Amino acid sequence: MTNRTVQELAEQSYKYGWTTEVEEESAPPGLSEEIVRWISERKGEPEWLLEWRLKAFRHFMRLLGDAQLPTWANVSHPPIDFQRIRYYAAPKPKLELESLDQVDAEILKTYEKLGIPLEEQKRLAGVAVDAIFDSVSVMTTAKETLAKYGVIFSSVSEAVKEHPELVKKYLGSVVPHSDNFYATLNSAVFSDGSFVYIPPGVRCPLELSTYFRINAEGSGQFERTLIIADKGSYVSYLEGCSAPMRDENQLHAAVVELVALDDAEIKYSTIQNWYPGDDNGKGGIYNFVTKRGKCAGDRSRISWTQVETGSAITWKYPSVLLQGDHSTGEFYSVALAKGRQQADTGTKMTHIGKNTSSRIISKGISAGHGNNTYRGLVKVMPKAEGAVNFTQCDSLLIGDQCGAHTVPYIEVQNRSASVEHEASTTKVSEDQLFYCQQRGLAREDAQSVIVNGFVRDVVKRLPLEFAVEADRLLEVNLEGTVG
Amino acid sequence: MLEVRGLHAEVNGVEILKGVDLSVGVDETHAIMGPNGSGKSTLAYVLAGRPGYEVTAGSVTFDGEDLLALPAEERARRGLFLSFQHPVEIPGVRMDHFLRAGYNELRKSAGEEQLDPLKFDRLIRSKAKAVEMEPTMTKRAVNEGFSGGEKKRNEVLQMAVLEPRLRILDEIDSGLDVDALREVARGITDLSVPGTSTILVTHYDRILSYLEPDHVHVLIDGRIARSGGRALAKEIEERGYDWLEAGAGV
Repeated sequence: MTNRTVQELAEQSYKYGWTTEVEEESAPPGLSEEIVRWISERKGEPEWLLEWRLKAFRHFMRLLGDAQLPTWANVSHPPIDFQRIRYYAAPKPKLELESLDQVDAEILKTYEKLGIPLEEQKRLAGVAVDAIFDSVSVMTTAKETLAKYGVIFSSVSEAVKEHPELVKKYLGSVVPHSDNFYATLNSAVFSDGSFVYIPPGVRCPLELSTYFRINAEGSGQFERTLIIADKGSYVSYLEGCSAPMRDENQLHAAVVELVALDDAEIKYSTIQNWYPGDDNGKGGIYNFVTKRGKCAGDRSRISWTQVETGSAITWKYPSVLLQGDHSTGEFYSVALAKGRQQADTGTKMTHIGKNTSSRIISKGISAGHGNNTYRGLVKVMPKAEGAVNFTQCDSLLIGDQCGAHTVPYIEVQNRSASVEHEASTTKVSEDQLFYCQQRGLAREDAQSVIVNGFVRDVVKRLPLEFAVEADRLLEVNLEGTVG
Repeated sequence: MLEVRGLHAEVNGVEILKGVDLSVGVDETHAIMGPNGSGKSTLAYVLAGRPGYEVTAGSVTFDGEDLLALPAEERARRGLFLSFQHPVEIPGVRMDHFLRAGYNELRKSAGEEQLDPLKFDRLIRSKAKAVEMEPTMTKRAVNEGFSGGEKKRNEVLQMAVLEPRLRILDEIDSGLDVDALREVARGITDLSVPGTSTILVTHYDRILSYLEPDHVHVLIDGRIARSGGRALAKEIEERGYDWLEAGAGV
């Protein structure tokens, strides 16, 4: 089916559903050792990395053979044919860019249209961007500025070549290749992603940001992001994503690993707006992502903030391993499920060191036939003296066809722990809508105001430009849902 | 200003208003009294255009315009304000942001320039001072965690900012102690600039001693059973509603 007819089928509210006409080089569909070798060769990778991939590949084939797909999530979809997916697609020519002039004009236009201009004079002040188009990074901005501070911000492929010691040391150190089904698949076939290293004592002067765009048909995106904050450093990182409207489901199985050493802090924010499929559930991205941070050092801090408005299915649990003493993990989430969207998302906080603390604020919005599940695990290990956790899960329902579920798991193996859990479920009430209308707001605007209020505690943690974007996305995505 | 003729309305299929006639002129204050369940709040909601309150017969015009044809927000934009008996909480939405959004909708509708956050902040501060409300209250979420008295005062603040021409005050006196009642009443009086009309919906006489109504109407079982002056309210305070209910055949 051509893109145009799908577009007509799909809801008009998805504004990023177009495709870019650019010549792409892609792997044939299917998963095999040959494909894994092909990807590795394409990237000119060292032997150790190819071996690592192959180990993951063999493990994945075993899991697949034993039909060990994860089935515990509260989502349903037809079986995925892993032999029909293309595991690599990249715009031609193979990009080894010295300057912007070498980036395909169509791709520059794509990012401009998405609101992320890459040209120097148009860039957002204070933000460095890594632009990832299907399987490859096409451009990383502001590298010179960052280099002055010793900050490394590049694609993973480039980091493998230029900083192999760092990549070798940390790749798979938080999410091992055998971690889970989709992480294993990613380890075998990952193509690109961002790499960040902040040297000791450096406060990264810019917001670092990666924009993921899926463009090619029939392909999956398997990026791998690795962020290392050395002792006493700080970095704020943000990722955004979108994809064309298609009536096939596309798989996005990413892995993100964060490592914070002593006294370091990583703030990781996501605005996820993958194509969610149409109102009848046709098409859309399967967003099966493994994100985990390790507070390896004492007094380190990792905070995840996510606004998840897109994807047909979201399966994602950004987690923190609280290994260092006095380390802190935070998870702030807004997840929207409307139309036929399914979201099963939450976090895992594993308290290992002494006097560690974690904080979880989850805001789920369900509208239409959407189904939203919060799933979270707070685990206190035997030696985690003085662990403190606070969890708050709020669900907001719009209409009476949607669902909200909260599944908190708590495992405490140390008696000194303090674990708190609060949950609430509310509806956008007729009283609230009418009250707003009586003060002059149209009904649709009234609903936006109420939803924005509901998510305020999470959205206010995003950098300002992105907070505005998040509010706007929620508004656009909820158009037409008011009763 | 407001003409209500033979108004019938139902909620969930149950008829509540059974033929209300009411005529409110410019600068007039009308009190609508009545026992619980007589339809006072329903009348207020129907005039303000609450969804789910269905008009089955009759007409309402506001400055000659068919009010019933307009959605609630359009009525608000034409200068109709309803002070809620139970003001609604909107968690996470700051009062000043909320009110600025409404205020600017009203301005837009009137073809006037909208106020930026800075200018609006000055406006809301001066109005808060005028109604003796802590300006910091306007930085809190709409009615969230407000006491009963604070909620009512917050309604008066919104009225002060929006400057309506027709004010419908639904049980503005309920839940207020004597001092709070006096202050709220004074706020309402101070805001009564020429050209403003008021409909006071109340169960008790006590607020009427602060806000002298020109007309008092008693609503019994969805109809106005009797109209009169201030003396009628006093009589109800002494005798209750029973004698009127008997007269209305309830």
